[in-house]
Amino acid sequence: MGAVATDVTTDAVRAGLRGRGRDVRGAVFAGLMLASLLASLAILVVLLWDVAKVGVPVLADRGTSFFTDTNSTVPSRAGIGQALVGSMVLMVIVAVVAFPIGIGAAVYLEEYARDTWLTRFITANIRNLAGVPSIVYGILGLVIFVEALSKIVTMWPTGSLLSGGLTLAVLVLPIVIITSSEALRAVPRGIREAAYGVGATRWEVIRSHVLPSAIPGIVTGTVVSLARAFGETAPLLLVGAAQGFINTGSGSPLHKLLNAPYTAMPRIILDWMTRPQKAFTELAAAAIVVMMVILLVVNGFAIWLRNRYERKW
Amino acid sequence: MDERLELSQARPLSVSDLRGTDRRRRKEATIRALFFASAAISIVISGLIVASLVGHAINFLSKISVSWLWAEGWFPRRNEFSIPTVFVGSIIVGGIAMLVAAPLGLGSAIYLSEYASPRARRLLKPTVELLAGVPSVVVAFFCLAVISPDVVQKLLSSASFFNLLTAGIGVGILTIPLVATIAEDATHAVPASLREASYGIGARRRSTSIRVVVPAAVSGIVAALIVGLSRAIGETVVVLVVAGGTGGSAFTLNPLGPGQTVTGAMAALATGTDQVKGAGPAFESLFFLGILLFLVTFALNVVSERFVRRVRRQY
Repeated sequence: MGAVATDVTTDAVRAGLRGRGRDVRGAVFAGLMLASLLASLAILVVLLWDVAKVGVPVLADRGTSFFTDTNSTVPSRAGIGQALVGSMVLMVIVAVVAFPIGIGAAVYLEEYARDTWLTRFITANIRNLAGVPSIVYGILGLVIFVEALSKIVTMWPTGSLLSGGLTLAVLVLPIVIITSSEALRAVPRGIREAAYGVGATRWEVIRSHVLPSAIPGIVTGTVVSLARAFGETAPLLLVGAAQGFINTGSGSPLHKLLNAPYTAMPRIILDWMTRPQKAFTELAAAAIVVMMVILLVVNGFAIWLRNRYERKW
Repeated sequence: MDERLELSQARPLSVSDLRGTDRRRRKEATIRALFFASAAISIVISGLIVASLVGHAINFLSKISVSWLWAEGWFPRRNEFSIPTVFVGSIIVGGIAMLVAAPLGLGSAIYLSEYASPRARRLLKPTVELLAGVPSVVVAFFCLAVISPDVVQKLLSSASFFNLLTAGIGVGILTIPLVATIAEDATHAVPASLREASYGIGARRRSTSIRVVVPAAVSGIVAALIVGLSRAIGETVVVLVVAGGTGGSAFTLNPLGPGQTVTGAMAALATGTDQVKGAGPAFESLFFLGILLFLVTFALNVVSERFVRRVRRQY
């Protein structure tokens, strides 16, 4: 009699804990959340597929000439030669200007700065700069790096690679600072204190202990910001990236850097895809394939690097 | 050994003995100054942004009569600089973008932080980050090639090829990963103990997600939405290519037709499709729009910053 009663209680409790039937609403909710994630990824896949479908045959047809030809009004002779070179020079300028300043600022904010109003102001200011739309940076580039500098320095040209590169460098600077700061913050205090303990100065601590520990995170941030600068179009519209017809002209490489008009990958893609002829749309797709391959490799490398060296202290 | 003992007895050890040589200290000070200079450059940049906007914008305002700002449409060539036209365009595009990005971004965030196994998360999160790396010019191409002809025009036959709806969807696609990563950071930061307490009193995973995790992370989620909106309003190239507003646009509330936004109008002015550079007030209207855009996004960023700080204070 007593044993039966216990059995009944056990069953009742078990049934109570299990809940009534299957959790249908819970399953629907989980399904919706998964669906939204898969939809986002599906957009990426459809986008890549659609571009590749049009672009890859063009690349196969044109072969290496697509990469070396300059732009042209004849679709079969138009190529991305100048745009590729232009984009690469822009990236070099971004790296040379934004990386040292950005990493330096991050080192100051994380390693030197005390918690004063000035520090808080600088930090808040950097966060706001990161949210400024890219076309506003284009205006900055137009007024400062094109107009103002051409008045101060008579040599300075209007709308050269250097103006474009400096504008993009300023654009990615907040991203470099923020990602580098995060990497520096992840280095535990103990590492610094150990170095101070053996008599190192602050700079010696940073150089020999903090920076080596933070370098994977810093590299990831700089690579991501470089990828961002590579794909950025809006500011280049303002700082004089030409639509593509570039008189290559003559002159020393330095002269070209300072004076010659230039173009870049996103600029030439924008030009081609807004033209009515179908042949140019196909060229745009082919150029996008090239750009996306570069971007996926670069971003993939950055993500791999972060996951590979991500250390839990 | 004995010698040293004698020395220290002769003179008590002072701070100056431990300071290091003058040369070493000078080097330290120089390096510190260099690092400070790089940090201070960010303030200079902010100042330059404001300065470069204000000068030309004042020029613009002095050249026009105020009634031009309430004209019937945005036609810079005809001296019609209707601010409501481009602002309403931006609001329509930004709103549609958020209708796309908010559910997809937040859903992805909740799935990643609450449902995905650690292995699945390690695989899926980088993929979302790859989506973040797609440049806007590529999405603009996708809008022209697929979304406008194959989605929008198929579903809504009255839509023109260039329309604000397609632009909004394109901008939304660009905003999804931003909303997803910021919201995921917020939900992921909710301490496990809160979830465990919820499971402990018998809540299911769905109730735990909706009633415990989302309320606990609400500041971060709101911040994600605001930053997303700010990004959507600042997006330029998709609107320039897809919205069909180059050359000017009349005031419109219809998302199925062409229209113009603040950023689209700026880009059109910059590329010279609307006005030859230099002549008349048209080119300088670019700077006036720039100030308006800067102020709006600045306000949105400040508000989102407030929300983010609230999350940080809690955990």
